[in-house]
Amino acid sequence: MNRIARMLALLPISFLAVFFLYPLATILSRGLLGDGADPMATLGSASLWRVAWFTLWQAALSTVLTTALAMPGAWVLAHRRFRGRALVRAGAVVPFVLPTVVVATAFSALFASLGVDDGPISLAQSTAAIVMAHVFFNYAVVLRTVSTVWERLDIGLEDEARMLGATPWQAFRMITLPRLAPAVLGSASIVFLFSFTSFGVVLLLGGPRKATLDTEIWRYATQRGELDVAAVISVLQLVAVIGTLVLSTVFQHRYSVREPTRGVSRARRAVGTRQHVAQWLCLTSIAVVLGGPLVALVERSFRTSGGYGLASYRSLSAGEGRISVLPQSASEAVTNSLWIAALAALIATAAGLGAAVVSQRGGPLGSLTEAAYLLPLGTSGVLLGLGFLLALDDPPLDLRTSWILIPLAQALVGLPFVLRAVLPVIASIDERLREAAAMLGATPTRVWRAVDLPAIWRATLMGAGFAFAVSLGEFGATVFISRPERLTVPVAIFRLLGRPGTAAQGQAMALSVILMALTTVSILVVERVRPRGSDGW
Amino acid sequence: MRGPRTLVAVTALAVAAVACSGGERDDVLTVVTHDAFLVSDDVIASFEEQTGIDVRFLTSADVGTLVTEAVLTRDDPTADVLFGIDNTFLSRGLDEELFLPYESPGLANVPTEFQVDDAHRVTPIDYGDVCVNVSRSLTASPPTSFEDLRQPEYSSQWVTQNPETSSPGLAMLLATIAAYGEDGWEDFWIDAADNGVAVTAGWTEAYFGAFVAGGGDRTIVTSYASSPVAEVALAETPIDSPTTSILPDTCFRQIEFAGILANAEHPEAARQFIDFMLTDEFQNDVPLNMFVYPVTSTAVLPAVFVENTTVVESPLRLEPTRIGEMRDEWTARWVELVLR
Repeated sequence: MNRIARMLALLPISFLAVFFLYPLATILSRGLLGDGADPMATLGSASLWRVAWFTLWQAALSTVLTTALAMPGAWVLAHRRFRGRALVRAGAVVPFVLPTVVVATAFSALFASLGVDDGPISLAQSTAAIVMAHVFFNYAVVLRTVSTVWERLDIGLEDEARMLGATPWQAFRMITLPRLAPAVLGSASIVFLFSFTSFGVVLLLGGPRKATLDTEIWRYATQRGELDVAAVISVLQLVAVIGTLVLSTVFQHRYSVREPTRGVSRARRAVGTRQHVAQWLCLTSIAVVLGGPLVALVERSFRTSGGYGLASYRSLSAGEGRISVLPQSASEAVTNSLWIAALAALIATAAGLGAAVVSQRGGPLGSLTEAAYLLPLGTSGVLLGLGFLLALDDPPLDLRTSWILIPLAQALVGLPFVLRAVLPVIASIDERLREAAAMLGATPTRVWRAVDLPAIWRATLMGAGFAFAVSLGEFGATVFISRPERLTVPVAIFRLLGRPGTAAQGQAMALSVILMALTTVSILVVERVRPRGSDGW
Repeated sequence: MRGPRTLVAVTALAVAAVACSGGERDDVLTVVTHDAFLVSDDVIASFEEQTGIDVRFLTSADVGTLVTEAVLTRDDPTADVLFGIDNTFLSRGLDEELFLPYESPGLANVPTEFQVDDAHRVTPIDYGDVCVNVSRSLTASPPTSFEDLRQPEYSSQWVTQNPETSSPGLAMLLATIAAYGEDGWEDFWIDAADNGVAVTAGWTEAYFGAFVAGGGDRTIVTSYASSPVAEVALAETPIDSPTTSILPDTCFRQIEFAGILANAEHPEAARQFIDFMLTDEFQNDVPLNMFVYPVTSTAVLPAVFVENTTVVESPLRLEPTRIGEMRDEWTARWVELVLR
């Protein structure tokens, strides 16, 4: 490995070690080795195993549904060119950045307007509501990851199969699906981890009767002050997460085919009635999954006591230099959010690219490191936040009250997106291209820049977009000690919703819509950035 | 952007910046609070001017998280002063020896009912009551007591919060324990459950979800004594009088305290800040920022509070030590009875 590759390898590993493994180990050992800790008593409790089982099956169901529902959307984005395609791709990320409190409000409003919040068919405080919200939140992960890969798959093989008499379904199952498998399984495992460690959705939409391992960790650690119990549940959660990751790696090796892509887009304009109908059906499926709650949200933000208007938006800027019940103004919160998210995305992208280079080279070791980077997604944010407080308290890493902790923690969550987006593409690069370049006298750096970079640029940007969106959203905001002058938009929304008075509720909705618009525009801009000489892509 | 080298350089810079920002030891008084804390900028500026002490605030999450974090960092605290621990979490803080005793001269103006800790490890700063709130849109004649909530005419009208996840939910459970005694409260909740009480995880989902204020169909909600005041003061469109009222016999008193953290770096400055929190200047600023009431007898309430507050003559109370001993047992029992 050359010098740059070595640096790239070192960077993400030390990042993970310092900002994830070390704080996690610190808090777990404090909990497990403290006075009065009795792990066996915790593990012997039947209610814990009930919670664990519920956590597992709702996550599995959420993952299967999300993946299945996202496939038609992924197909249309990969195969059809149409006006607004970039907007759909970017807009699909919006649910990701919405704080769970806002989405819960939107779902409740939706249930009420559809008349399924009470009576014989009630979705309020149900497992169905939890699963629906998980699909809504995670849909974009599968949609964007799979469509990016699908669009660049060599269409020739499918054509040949069809010519040899295969039905479209046979061609899809035997030729396309195996080559899509890395992207499908990769994004599905991210969806699983998000659903498995779901916190806000379960608490807010599931109602008081539903609990997951993550909500139990929060309850024991912060409300009951029983860190020992929280630590034991965390270990159980980690074991389950590691088990899932190992399984998904095995599946991926068994069922996926990695082969060179030609890098030519297969997207065409729809021709003829049949193709148009198919296109609109698939686009409708995207609208059905994402549309309801988003429309409900926008509607609420314009609702005033006397019909519709801009009152909520106006009152956001009406306070004397700040939103009435918050320490800062809306524009300050927006600025803070954008800066922090940009920094988090940058760290996640740099570390994620490095991790991808290492993972794709190393065989079993590569798979292992790849899985390790996904662990932060499967870890309780609350416990990790407490771990930061305990572990990062000595110079040179006395970061407990530093704002930098927020983008760093968010980059931990963003990194897997970059990794999972880039890996399938990097693996599909024809090794002969690299060899040819080297033979012609290019240095390893030059080879990387001339061969690898143009190929993975799109995937990298897509992953970076996710990292940015994850950071714009809620993660960590509820546990970290922060400075009031670092108010971010999701935190502002969360606090507004917790305030009395109807004014704050309207402001929270208006701020959510601003966050939605901001996200869509940011992703559109990010995905337009191209390296020189790769315009043909 | 020009490929990997730029990325590596930028990241290296970022990491270096992180490393350099560590280890700062400054002479600033640090106050850590829960996330509902708010004070006017000019009030803090006035303190800084009077004393020459610079103040910075740190925001944690809810009270439970705030106390948990303080316990974990007791030997090396992140702040000098902690604000926001209340009587439902107080005993955990005291048992863990979180605070240094300090008897502020300002306590002379604070009624003794608020001075819960005789050793003055914490100083009362504000209080509020958690009460049953009723909307005017309730067609039946309004209930007046817990006893009424057992009656069929209020069937499926009340929405409250889970005491395991919500501060007002916990206060409401404690209110019923104070009202019915440790032997009688379980029967009340069995009846309430039979009468169709709804439960949410937090205050927002109850008040702005199930309750009529947010478009729901429930007309009775567990909320604060100041909620009717907020209906007027923080209305989207101005209204003259609140559309909700409270039941004064169902109120549990929550007192919020500030304390100087053991091992604080600036204990002297911390004492001055505690003194400042009991001045009229700070106390008068409390109601409109946090929608709770000042503890000193010399503080002046804003007009909107005076006009719309229903005075709670004899709020329900429980000893903080008893709450500390029994809370987890009570909440677990409540979950069994009400959520089954």
